Amino acid sequence: MSGVSDTATKTVGARKAVSRDRKAPIVLDTFAVIALVLGFAVPRTGTSTFGLATRGDLVALPPLAVPTGGTVTALALVLAGLAVAAHVYVLFGAARRVPIWLIAGFAVVFLVAFLTWASAGRTVPVPGLLIGSLALGTPLIFGALGGVIGERAGVVNVAIEGQLLLGAFSAAVVGSVTRQPVLGLVAAMAAGILVALVLAVFAIRYIVDQVIVGVVLNVLVIGLTGFLYAKVLKSDVELFNAPDRFPVLPIPGLSAIPIIGPVVFRQTIIVYLMYIAVFAVWFGLFKTRWGLRVRAVGEYPAAADTVGIDVNRTRFRNVALAGAVAGVGGAYFTLDSVGAFNKEMTNGMGFIALAAVIFGRWHPIRAAFAALLFGFATNLQSMLGIIGSPVPSEFMLMLPYAVTVFAVAGLAGRSRAPAAAGKPYLKS
Amino acid sequence: MKLELRGITKRFGSLTANDHIDLVIRSGEIHCLLGENGAGKSTLMNVLYGLHQADEGEILLDGVAQRFAGPGDAMNAGIGMVHQHFMLIPVFTVAENMMLGDEPTRGGGVLDLDAARGRVREISERFGFDIDPDAVVGDLPVGVQQRVEIVKALSRDARILVFDEPTAVLTPPEIDELMAVMRRLRERGTAIVFITHKLREVREVADRITVVRLGKVVGEAPPTAGDAELASMMVGRAVELTVQKAPARLGDAALALRDLSVIDARGQYVVSHVDLVVRRGEILAIAGVQGNGQTELTESILGLQPRVEGSITLDGVELVGRTPRQILDAGVGFVPEDRTVDGFVAEFTIAENLMLDRTNGAPFVRAGALQLDAIEMFARAAISEFDIRAQGIDTHVGRLSGGNQQKVVLARELNRELRLFVAAQPTRGVDVGSIEFIHKRIVRTRDAGVPVIVVSTELDEVVALADRIAVMYRGGIVGVVPGDTPRDVLGAMMAGVTPQAVAT
Repeated sequence: MSGVSDTATKTVGARKAVSRDRKAPIVLDTFAVIALVLGFAVPRTGTSTFGLATRGDLVALPPLAVPTGGTVTALALVLAGLAVAAHVYVLFGAARRVPIWLIAGFAVVFLVAFLTWASAGRTVPVPGLLIGSLALGTPLIFGALGGVIGERAGVVNVAIEGQLLLGAFSAAVVGSVTRQPVLGLVAAMAAGILVALVLAVFAIRYIVDQVIVGVVLNVLVIGLTGFLYAKVLKSDVELFNAPDRFPVLPIPGLSAIPIIGPVVFRQTIIVYLMYIAVFAVWFGLFKTRWGLRVRAVGEYPAAADTVGIDVNRTRFRNVALAGAVAGVGGAYFTLDSVGAFNKEMTNGMGFIALAAVIFGRWHPIRAAFAALLFGFATNLQSMLGIIGSPVPSEFMLMLPYAVTVFAVAGLAGRSRAPAAAGKPYLKS
Repeated sequence: MKLELRGITKRFGSLTANDHIDLVIRSGEIHCLLGENGAGKSTLMNVLYGLHQADEGEILLDGVAQRFAGPGDAMNAGIGMVHQHFMLIPVFTVAENMMLGDEPTRGGGVLDLDAARGRVREISERFGFDIDPDAVVGDLPVGVQQRVEIVKALSRDARILVFDEPTAVLTPPEIDELMAVMRRLRERGTAIVFITHKLREVREVADRITVVRLGKVVGEAPPTAGDAELASMMVGRAVELTVQKAPARLGDAALALRDLSVIDARGQYVVSHVDLVVRRGEILAIAGVQGNGQTELTESILGLQPRVEGSITLDGVELVGRTPRQILDAGVGFVPEDRTVDGFVAEFTIAENLMLDRTNGAPFVRAGALQLDAIEMFARAAISEFDIRAQGIDTHVGRLSGGNQQKVVLARELNRELRLFVAAQPTRGVDVGSIEFIHKRIVRTRDAGVPVIVVSTELDEVVALADRIAVMYRGGIVGVVPGDTPRDVLGAMMAGVTPQAVAT
C-alpha cells in the first residue's frame, strides 16, 4: 500500500494548495491607511497621557506622556510596514498566510496609535479601560461558554440572550427577596436551565428548527420579564429589585501588582467563577470523557450512537448545562455590575456572545478572549465619549458591532463549526 | 461461538425489509451475505447490531437468546461492525475514536490517552497494521480509516465482525489487502459476515454464501458456484452479465478539455490540468476511486463548478463560463452521480420530472402555461420506451426503485438531440436487471454517433462499456488506455501508478 502511494505522488502529484488568502492583508491595508490619515491628514498636537496607576498598587507607576503628533506618525509608519510585511507573507511565505502574531501585533499598535490620537491633551486611564472591558466582557464570556457547550453538543444555542435576561431577572428577584446573593446566583442558573430545557424539548424532542426556537424564546423572555418588571418589580422595588451585590474580594498580594492586579484580582466572586468556568469548560471538553462524548455527539452523532452513546440524552443534558452557565452571566448584571434589574437590560449581548463563539472558533478559551475583545470595544466607545474624542459619538456607538461583524466575517478565517451543530439526530 | 438469527422480520411501514430471515454464523468462517442494493442485507445487520429492533424473530448467541436494545448491548455481546460509511469522527485522532464510548480514565472522568494509544498500538501490531494513534482520522486515506474501524471493533473484543459493503470506497490493491486482513481474522477465530453485491469478491474469500433477495433468504451457495448462477439467484432470473456491443465507429473529435482545472471552496485544485478528447461514436470511461476529482470534472463540463481554469470545447464552441442552461441547450445530456440530490425532484411525478429541463417553451409550455396533454403523451411514450415500472405517469419519482428512478433520469436526458452525453455513476444503487437496460441504452447512444463519457468507480462497469478508459487519481489523469486493458493494470492506475510504470 505505502509503496503504491509513493509511486503515486511521484507520477501524478498531490493536489496543490496554492490558493492565497488576500483577505487579511487587505484588511490590514485599510487600517494602515486609516492610521496614515490620522497621522498626516488630520494631525493633532499636544501631549497624550496614559494613566497606569490605581490606588492600592504596590508600586505607583508614573503616567506615561507622549507627544501626540510624532507618536501617531511614527506608529502609522510602523503599521504601513506591517501591512507590507503581510503582503510579503501571503506572496512568498511558506504557508502563504499572514502569521497570527503579525495580526495581533498590528491590532495592538493600531489601538495605541488611535488612542494616542484621540486623547491629545487628555489622560487615558489604562487600568480603568481594562477593568471596564472585563466588566462588560464577563457576562459575554459566560454566554459564550454556554454557546460553546451547546454547539459542541450539536444544538445551536440561540437562546443565550434569553438565558442571560431571565438569569438576570431571577437573580434580582431571588437575591432581593432572600437577601442572599448566593441564592440569587442559584436562581439565575435555574432560570438559564429553564430556558435551555424549553429549547431542548422543542429542538431535540420535537425537532423544531433550533434557530427559530431560540429566537422565539428570546422574544418570549423579553416580553415576560418586561411584563413582570412593570407589574411586579416596580410595585415594590425595595422588596423585589434591590439585591445585595457581591462584594469585591481582592486577592491578597496579587491585587497589588500594577495594572494587572486591579484588573484581574480585585473582582467579585462571579468574575473569579468566570476564570474557573473558562478553564473548566476547556479542560472538560478536551481532556475528559464528558467532553469527548459531547464533541462526538456534535460532530457525528451516528458514530456516537454506534458505540452506545445515547445521542439525544447527551444533547439534552448539555443544553441544560449550557443554560446554567449562561444564567450565571445573567446574574452578573443584577448581582454585580448594575445591582438591579432593568427592562431588556442584556441589550443584545446574547447575540454578541454567539458571535464570540464563532470568532473563538467553538473553543472556550478563544471564545472567552473574543468576548473580552467585544467588551473592550464597548468600553472603549464609552470611554472615548467621556474624554471627548473628536470622532462623533454616534459613530463610536457602532464600534462594538463593527468589531463583531469584522471579527466574525473577516478575521475568523476558515472557522469550522461542529459538523452536526444545528442538525437534529434522527435514527433512520 | 455460534450466532444464530431465527425468523428475523423487520418492517418499515408497509415495506418488509426482512422477511423471516434465518442465518447461522460460526467462528472461523467468512460468511457472505450476497444481495442487490435494497435486498435487506444492511437492515438485517442493523438489527443484529442493535440499531434496529426486529419486529419478529430472535438472536441467539451459543444458544442463548439475546436482547439488544442498542449497539452498546451488541458490542458487549462481542459483535462488532465495520460500517459502509465509516463511523469515525473525522476531527478526532485514531486513539480518541477507538476509545469513544468505552473510555479508559484516570479517575474523575479524565481521559487516559496513553492507555488508548497503547491499545491502538497493541491491536495494530497483532494484525500487522501500521496505524499512528495520534493521526487525525480525517487526514488518513480511506483504506487506513477502514483499518481504524476494524481496530475499533477489535478493541471491544469483537468475536463476530460484520463488514457492510467494505470495498465500495477502496482501490483494487486496497481491496486485496482487506481480503488478506479478513482471512487473517478468520484464522484467529473471528466469525466474519461480509455483506456485498460484488460477485468477484464473494468468490475470493467466502466460505459460505447466503443470497438475499427482496428481504428473503433465497438460498445458500458454495463458494465454487459460478457467476451466472449467483447472479441469477440474486436477481431471480437469468441475467446477461456482459454488454453486447459492436466495435466503435469513430467520428471526429467532439469534446476537448484543455488544461482544465477546478478549484474548490478551500482553494485546492480538485481537478488539475486535465487534457482529454472524446470523439463522436465512442464511450470514454473515466475510472477511479470515489473522490479523485471525477465529480468536479463532470460538473465543470455542465457549468456547475464556480472556479474553472482552462478550456472545454464542444464541437468548437467554448463551454467554460456558460450557464448550465446554455450548456444543456448546446446539446449536453447529463446523468448526475447522486440522482436523489441532483437528478430529480422526489415529490414531483414522473411526468413532471421528465419535462423538468424543458420549462422554457414549446412543446411543454406555452405562454407560461403547462401543456398537460403534451406532457402526458411524452411521459407515456418515455415510460414504455425506457421500461419504467410504475403505476402510472403520476407516481412520485421518490417512490420508485433506484433502477426505475435512474431510467426516468435517462429518459429525460436521452430524449433530446444530443451532441454529448455524460453519465456519472449511471448504475449506482440500481438493480442488476436495470443495469442491463441502462448499459444497452448507453451503447445505443454511442452507436447513434454521440460522444459519451461514463464516470464509474465500478471496474466491472468501466470494462464492460468503455472504448477507451481514462483513470483519474488526485485530480489528474493517470493515463488514457484502450478499453481492453487488463484489470490489474487499471487497478494499479487507480492507485496512481502510470501505465508505463505498470508495464515495466
